[in-house]
Amino acid sequence: MSSEFWIIQTFNGLSYGALLFLLASGLSLIFGVMRVVNLAHGSYFMLGGYVGLSVVWRTGSFAAAVLAGGVAIGLIGIGMERLFLRRLPGQTLGQVLMTIGFALIFQDLALLIWGGDPYSIPVPRFLQGAVKAGALSFPAYRIFIIVVAVVVAALLWLALDQTRAGARIRAAVDDGEMAQGVGINVPVLSLAVFALGACLAAAGGVIGGAFLGVYPGADFEVLPYAFVVVIVGGLGSLPGAMVGSLLVGLLDNFGKALFPELSYFTLFAPMALILALRPTGLFGRA
Amino acid sequence: MSRRTIALFALAAFLLALVAGLGTPTARAQSGPIKIGFLSPLTGAASALGKDMLNGTELYLDEIGRTVAGRKIELIVEDTEGNTQTALTKARKLVDQDHVHILSGGLLASTGYAIHPFAEAQKIPTTYPVMSSDDLTQRKPAKWVVRTGWNSSQSTHALGDWVIKNTKYRKIATVAADYAFGWESVGGFQRTFEEGGGQIIQKVWVPLNTNDFAPFLSQVKRDSDAVFAVFFGKLALQFMKEYENSGLKGRVPLLSNGTTVDESVLPQMGDEALGTISTLHYSAALENPTNQRFAKAFEAKAGKIPSYYAETCYTNARWIAEAIKAVSGKVEDREALLAALRKVELKDFPRGPVKIDTFGNPVQNVYIRKVERVGGKLQNTVFFTYPNVSQFWKYNPEEYLKAPLYTRDYPPCKAC
Amino acid sequence: MTRRPGVLVGVAVVVVAAAAVAPWLPSYPLTLLTQAMIVAILAMSLDVLLGFTGLPSLGHAAYFGVAAYAVAILTTERQSGFVVCLIAGVVFAAVAAALFGLIAIRATGTYFLMITLALGMVVWGLAFRWVSLTKGDNGISGVPRPDLGLPWSFWGPLPFFYFSLVCAVVALALLGLIVASPFGMSLKGIRESESRMRILGYNVWLHKYLAFVIAGTFAGFSGVLWAYYNGFVSPVDVQLVTSVEALLMVALGGQGTLLGPAVGAALIVFLKNFVSVYTKRWLLILGAVYIGVILFAPRGLAGAFHRRSS
Repeated sequence: MSSEFWIIQTFNGLSYGALLFLLASGLSLIFGVMRVVNLAHGSYFMLGGYVGLSVVWRTGSFAAAVLAGGVAIGLIGIGMERLFLRRLPGQTLGQVLMTIGFALIFQDLALLIWGGDPYSIPVPRFLQGAVKAGALSFPAYRIFIIVVAVVVAALLWLALDQTRAGARIRAAVDDGEMAQGVGINVPVLSLAVFALGACLAAAGGVIGGAFLGVYPGADFEVLPYAFVVVIVGGLGSLPGAMVGSLLVGLLDNFGKALFPELSYFTLFAPMALILALRPTGLFGRA
Repeated sequence: MSRRTIALFALAAFLLALVAGLGTPTARAQSGPIKIGFLSPLTGAASALGKDMLNGTELYLDEIGRTVAGRKIELIVEDTEGNTQTALTKARKLVDQDHVHILSGGLLASTGYAIHPFAEAQKIPTTYPVMSSDDLTQRKPAKWVVRTGWNSSQSTHALGDWVIKNTKYRKIATVAADYAFGWESVGGFQRTFEEGGGQIIQKVWVPLNTNDFAPFLSQVKRDSDAVFAVFFGKLALQFMKEYENSGLKGRVPLLSNGTTVDESVLPQMGDEALGTISTLHYSAALENPTNQRFAKAFEAKAGKIPSYYAETCYTNARWIAEAIKAVSGKVEDREALLAALRKVELKDFPRGPVKIDTFGNPVQNVYIRKVERVGGKLQNTVFFTYPNVSQFWKYNPEEYLKAPLYTRDYPPCKAC
Repeated sequence: MTRRPGVLVGVAVVVVAAAAVAPWLPSYPLTLLTQAMIVAILAMSLDVLLGFTGLPSLGHAAYFGVAAYAVAILTTERQSGFVVCLIAGVVFAAVAAALFGLIAIRATGTYFLMITLALGMVVWGLAFRWVSLTKGDNGISGVPRPDLGLPWSFWGPLPFFYFSLVCAVVALALLGLIVASPFGMSLKGIRESESRMRILGYNVWLHKYLAFVIAGTFAGFSGVLWAYYNGFVSPVDVQLVTSVEALLMVALGGQGTLLGPAVGAALIVFLKNFVSVYTKRWLLILGAVYIGVILFAPRGLAGAFHRRSS
């Protein structure tokens, strides 16, 4: 294998991992604060993509699409949490099953509204083309995804680390009861985190929609990846989500390039292995 | 009333409705309607294709006023939900409960293999307009199943031949969906291409659940004369995009099977698809009068140009109607109906002339097409026609069947 | 399920009634009932794990699928008979559960959910990509109905219905005995409070592990029947959605009652197949039903009928 091969594959793995970070960071945070396993998270990604698609068709603006997708699905997330999930405090299984019910409903609604044809969100003009370095060519759009993920990661980190709100979130992740006892409004915090997670996933869906496309079935196609990232990185941990998405992006890419017959095995087997050795994931806490 | 009582009543009512709805056998009568059972994925990932299939079928039936040989036609459509287990259950419902006279439809290859034994056991005349697995009419034919569509390697045999005779491409890399349809399509192409002196220098197989094509396309040998691709649906869309993004477009010419640029996905593609040379037994841009009429009518009904899924189901519906006419509407005589299905032979389907070979597969034109932009829209312009192409290409069927079925490893990639 | 004789009588009545009515049912509802019974075994097996031991598994379809594939491969490649396939299927499922249980039992609650999800995905990945063994996405078709040397051919819906009924009753009886035994009681104790059981001197890990293996074994039994019923096995049988459906059947029917999940399974089979005949929006309705049940009948149907004695 030439050095070109390794460079290109690493780059591809990084860009895919970047997209996964957008998808999975929200899932990890939601779990961290609310201990909810949200199986509708893939649906947020897909719905975000569909909303973004409609906005692009109407306005031609990619930025508006990302914003609209994020906001719309954020609102749906708020609705889900406030009106439904909140009625089942502490019931792990009940909440999981409820999110599945929603996933099914979202899947059907998407089919009803947008039909079953696969679409692709057009890449904005200034992001088309590729950056050339010698014989290698790096698509500008993938560089964009990496940049976006890095910026989002940095913002999240800063917010969690440096702001009061972030400190409250970290407190709630550490020990929800204690945080409530100290006067932190955990329910409002939960709502905010849930909305943020949904928002991120949806924005990821719009951004992903330009190179993965938007189509029925994208929700359950992308959901296992989100879970692998979160499981490997550790539930509730932002650094975990970063490391996890990088790892998964690279593993998946190299796995498919080097061992195509075992492509899903190279992804899930390491995940099972990590879980066997450290059930809470690399950075997670029990 | 307590919640418990309400729940009990609801349950009882539900069960009663169930039994009433399911338990009433429908009357069978010689002069009653002719029932066609149609399986199609109306929900799930393949629902756009299922809709095309249904629209094509309904278009034809409406054109003949849903009447053949003096009897009304009743089309009973069941949703396979895009999965074979459900398709089987619904097939049972169509045959056992609705007492259909003919079973038709289906999309997935696995559905084709699963319904084969079912049709044989039930002795119900069945047609497959879409399912194209080679072996269904080769080493594993079913007496009661007639294909009115195509088989996977039928058109790719032709493309391999065309490439040898009309281009200088002699070293080709294949990139195909990693399942039977992909293997068979590549196998057909490889066989005629290599027999003519070409060499397949690389085979890249892409798993069905893939969304990021980068790891696969980055492996494609850049010194290939051309790439032969086999995809469908959203995979085709993603493949085309990545073909452009990975720098292959413009550097390595693209050849493909028919579904990769089928009209079900072509409108969603952009300029990245231009110039792709593909092969199929149909194109919406065919200029014969039947097709032009059909395409216009389909567009009026469905709001989009017809894909091959639509045409094959339109032709399938007409095929069934012709068979019914041949038995003067006496569809209760299943053996006679089956025999009639195997004898239909017409020259003016939208795709051209079609007849059935002894194995139950169509013999028809195969078109070599190129993606062009005409009138602002992308289309598959036909520029070469191979007439009378059978599933065995030009080989003797007995010799052909002695060789194994095209799989991932057959024909072997000697130059890989 | 308790030791109340009333429940046993009720079950017996339903079974006899079903057996008596069957010959008069048209074959489509009959095949749906058959399907319901086979899936009921799966739901009951999951109930042992979830309802009785308190361990929610998101990967239970793995054992179901392993057994189904075992049957499919043996019948199509080696033309193996029913007994061989039954034993092989159940054993493979048990072995898979034994292996996976070692990894999974270390966790509880959400982490258990995640680990079982991961393990389920490993099996799915294998089914999907190990094409030389499983034929991948195409699935394995042509699985014949079992030939037990009886005068009635199991190709007919009625004989196979009786066969499935017998199997379901056997499974129910065995599982009922297990959960009513002292072992079963300890499981319930573990569900209520692990720490208390530990203090009382029970080997909690071993109990949970055995429950996991038992659940997997019976899921395998269900998988064997499923392969024979459909004549076809594909990666859909081990995908996440299938595991989720099993969970929903248990939740719908009522955890910890064995009979509840069996009824839940029947309801979901009918819902999926019946509703989709009348509307394309069956998925929406299904999702709404799940949400409704969780919100308004969290104890499931069984809970709505009688208060569970703890």
